[in-house]
Amino acid sequence: MTDNELVWRIAGGSGDGIDSTSQNFAKALMRSGLSVFTHRHYPSRIRGGHTYVEVRASADKVKSRGDGYNCLLALGDSFARNPQDEAYYGNEEVKPLSENLDELREGGVIVYDEGLLDGSEVDDLDERAEENDWHVYPLDLRGMAREHGREVMRNTAGVGATAALLGMDTGPFEELMEERMGGDILEQNLDIIQMAYDQVAEMDHSHDLRVPEGEHDETQVLVSGSTAIAYGALDEGCRFIAGYPMTPWTDVFTIMSQNLPAMGGISEQVEDEIAAAALALGASHAGAKAMSGSSGGGFALMSEPLGLAEITETPVVLVESMRAGPSTGMPTKPEQADLEHVLYTSQGDSNRVVFAPGNQQEAYEQTRTAFQLAYDYQMPAIVIYDQKLSGELQNVPESFFDREPNPDLGATLTEEQVAEAEHHASGKFNRYQHDPENGVSPRSLPGQADGRFLASGNEHNPQGHIDEDPDNRIAQMNRRMRKLSSIRTELDEAEESNQTLHDPSGDAEYGILTWGSSQGTVEEAVDRLNERGHAVKSLGVSDMMPYPEADVAGFLESVDECLVVEMNATAQFRGLTQKELGRFGEKMSSLLKYNGNPFEPAEIVEGFEASINGGDPAGETTKYVPAAGD
Amino acid sequence: MSAFSAIGEEREIDQNEFTPGIEPQATWCPGCGDFGVLKALKGAMAELGKNPDEVLLVTGIGCSGKLSSYFNSYGYHSIHGRSLPVARAAKLANPDLEVVAAGGDGDGYGIGGNHFMHTARENHDMTYIVFNNEIFGLTKGQTSPTSPKGHKSKTQPHGSAKDPVRPLSMSLSAGASYVARTAAVNPNQAKEIIKEAVEHDGFAHIDFLTQCPTWNKDARQYVPYTDIQQDDEFDFDVTDRREAADAMYDAESRLYEGEVLTGRFYRDDRPSYSQEKQSTGEMPETPLAERYFDDDYEWERSYDFMDRHR
Ligand SMILES: Cc1ncc(C[n+]2csc(CCOP(=O)(O)OP(=O)(O)O)c2C)c(N)n1
Ligand code: SF4
Repeated sequence: MTDNELVWRIAGGSGDGIDSTSQNFAKALMRSGLSVFTHRHYPSRIRGGHTYVEVRASADKVKSRGDGYNCLLALGDSFARNPQDEAYYGNEEVKPLSENLDELREGGVIVYDEGLLDGSEVDDLDERAEENDWHVYPLDLRGMAREHGREVMRNTAGVGATAALLGMDTGPFEELMEERMGGDILEQNLDIIQMAYDQVAEMDHSHDLRVPEGEHDETQVLVSGSTAIAYGALDEGCRFIAGYPMTPWTDVFTIMSQNLPAMGGISEQVEDEIAAAALALGASHAGAKAMSGSSGGGFALMSEPLGLAEITETPVVLVESMRAGPSTGMPTKPEQADLEHVLYTSQGDSNRVVFAPGNQQEAYEQTRTAFQLAYDYQMPAIVIYDQKLSGELQNVPESFFDREPNPDLGATLTEEQVAEAEHHASGKFNRYQHDPENGVSPRSLPGQADGRFLASGNEHNPQGHIDEDPDNRIAQMNRRMRKLSSIRTELDEAEESNQTLHDPSGDAEYGILTWGSSQGTVEEAVDRLNERGHAVKSLGVSDMMPYPEADVAGFLESVDECLVVEMNATAQFRGLTQKELGRFGEKMSSLLKYNGNPFEPAEIVEGFEASINGGDPAGETTKYVPAAGD
Repeated sequence: MSAFSAIGEEREIDQNEFTPGIEPQATWCPGCGDFGVLKALKGAMAELGKNPDEVLLVTGIGCSGKLSSYFNSYGYHSIHGRSLPVARAAKLANPDLEVVAAGGDGDGYGIGGNHFMHTARENHDMTYIVFNNEIFGLTKGQTSPTSPKGHKSKTQPHGSAKDPVRPLSMSLSAGASYVARTAAVNPNQAKEIIKEAVEHDGFAHIDFLTQCPTWNKDARQYVPYTDIQQDDEFDFDVTDRREAADAMYDAESRLYEGEVLTGRFYRDDRPSYSQEKQSTGEMPETPLAERYFDDDYEWERSYDFMDRHR
């Protein structure tokens, strides 16, 4: 854990503006030169219920939420209160304060809204504060907000108060408010932030927590994984999306829908996910770059259109944003347990590309690659990620996104090329030829002269006619499957691998293997392990299908033992690795977590140390599965 | 110049151009009503001068779904019940295409019922032909949503306890802007109805009565029929929803008493979905699909939106 970091947590009721306040807080810290990372915790309800967001900031790159935090702003849950008589409902009213104490680090700072929260109702607050050297500042934030504006503006008062306590300049906050609002509202907010700041500045302070100083050498932007995926799709020329809302996929769907009309694209909210995926196929068949997506349950409905895309060789990109299952599971909690679902769902042998990006940058790049491969190889490509990466915000250099739009439709012919292409005696275009080396037989588009063909979900011959002849079947199957090996070769030959090696000690003897959004947390744990004298490296794997055999086998060969870290109960990625590589079962043990919260670096550090010492690495919230033969 | 030169090309079209060189006899039984749909569709498209390359025929699964195999245009033989969502997106991506969707009564009114309702509601400019043979053909004769009450099949040995669906009324209430019923046994009317439906700017639904001599033993089940437009007795205003609804109710009830009423039941001229979507600024004026071939097109950049993330 870096000493020089601020982990600021804002807590309150869902619907109390926690999200927007934290985003601005993170942005202000980013603008002041720090690296930031946010983590959202919220219940599956619209208003009320305890929620918090953490903003972690440091001069060094931060890749995860870290563990624990050191500054709490407890605003109170206004929805726990009856607005008419101001009476409190049940015993939820002190939750924003009481629920958050366990993770507050020693020496931490607490600011709470005296206007809504009664500190004396929190059992043993004083004792614990004394024991842990917490510095508690009750302030009437609600009162300040009322005095200069409206009660809802108590967030602003809270921000002003923490700024004063942490030695921050309020400039970036004021700037952000000026960009977002105007008129009376702006004036009131500016007054409130100043008032809170001044009031705190006059008080005696006993703590020594200060906001760190940092500097960026180029302009940064604050983006979530979902934003990165949506921008990846837009930059790659995707102009058609069809979807049906489901958390957390809704984030991507929303961002796309808000941007597409201005970019000459089309967004369709339709009756269900079967329709959504089928629409994406229809748009693609007619000549657009198209996508759809969902989360677990909705993706289950897409299973049949997914198989249709495979056999008709219709290019399409689907996004699967995982949440905890089975069934409706935990809508607002992350899990990495849909891997097998995404790899194997739909009837027949799977013939699809699946990428699991490990952070925002990878989300952007791999979404672009997914589109390229889908259109070059005429098959579905899936980007699988989770609720964690979906909502986490991280700063990325703005120049990273500065890409050329790519309108290339891949293996799609122009009308001139169709005219020159091979046709069957019947006049039909030979859409599904048996022989192309890389498996790809280019397509024509409806409306092009002399390009007629039938795209059929039944097995078909080169002209697209339904055909169950055994020789034709083998030829078509082999050709379709050949695409995956061609793609593997293309990915292996690419300048940069989609797998992310993190090896701070140079040539480590221990390995940690992970996939998807756990990557950043694992990398942070690896850094700490190396600081503690272990030679450990990690590989964050993104290619799920076709599987990156060479990359992973090389990694596993180079280490004595390997811990596989993933957020599910059945070690799905480790299972995939053993299945694909057919060996290394004795080298891999698993550290699993599936309680609805993502890993914290410390859990991985502890788990790893225990596993190499032969003890029981399972913590209270994690599960250990030993290597085969152990 | 358009990247899709087949669209709107003007020349004489011989209906044999729609014959792909493989024979429907391969899967359709002798005497099946599906032959009638195929013939009517070929005739209608030829008479309208549609180039086979500008037509996209999307079908579902079933004997009916095989239509795209025997009709030589661009085709998409999709999955059971899902022809409509495939078809309507193709139409959105390239509104210049002539899009026709087709499937059976099980396909369209059963498993695809939800899509039927919403496609009609959205009023996509396309033609939807439902082969209504009151039975599941391809899976060998199970009861379908249009089978009469009391219908016995291997899966409903005691006879169906359900009233059949009312496809015309469903379509009207869902929002289709053109609704007709025709029959394979009435080839001239069938062709004219398909022509009207194709020319109609909106969702045109045709409930196409097709006999299934294999599983619905009475091969002549839709004879005799009455053409409501030719018979003074059925004088009603096809643009009036209430009058159309009454006529439909009547026709749907009488079908199961052996009286087959066919013809155009409803038509309105409200704007199609693409027009509505263009007017709200949610759809480009030129076909999206064209743009990928336009070298001069200036592609919009997503990072123009980056400001808000700084
Ligand atoms: C999801 C799914 N369920 C079931 C089937 C099996 N199936 C194929 S055709 C069919 C019924 C077709 O009946 P209908 O739509 O009336 O068409 P017909 O064959 O009578 O023309 C069924 C149930 C399937 N292909 N897919
Ligand atoms: S089973 Fe019935 S619907 Fe199918 S082809 Fe034979 S007659 Fe036609």
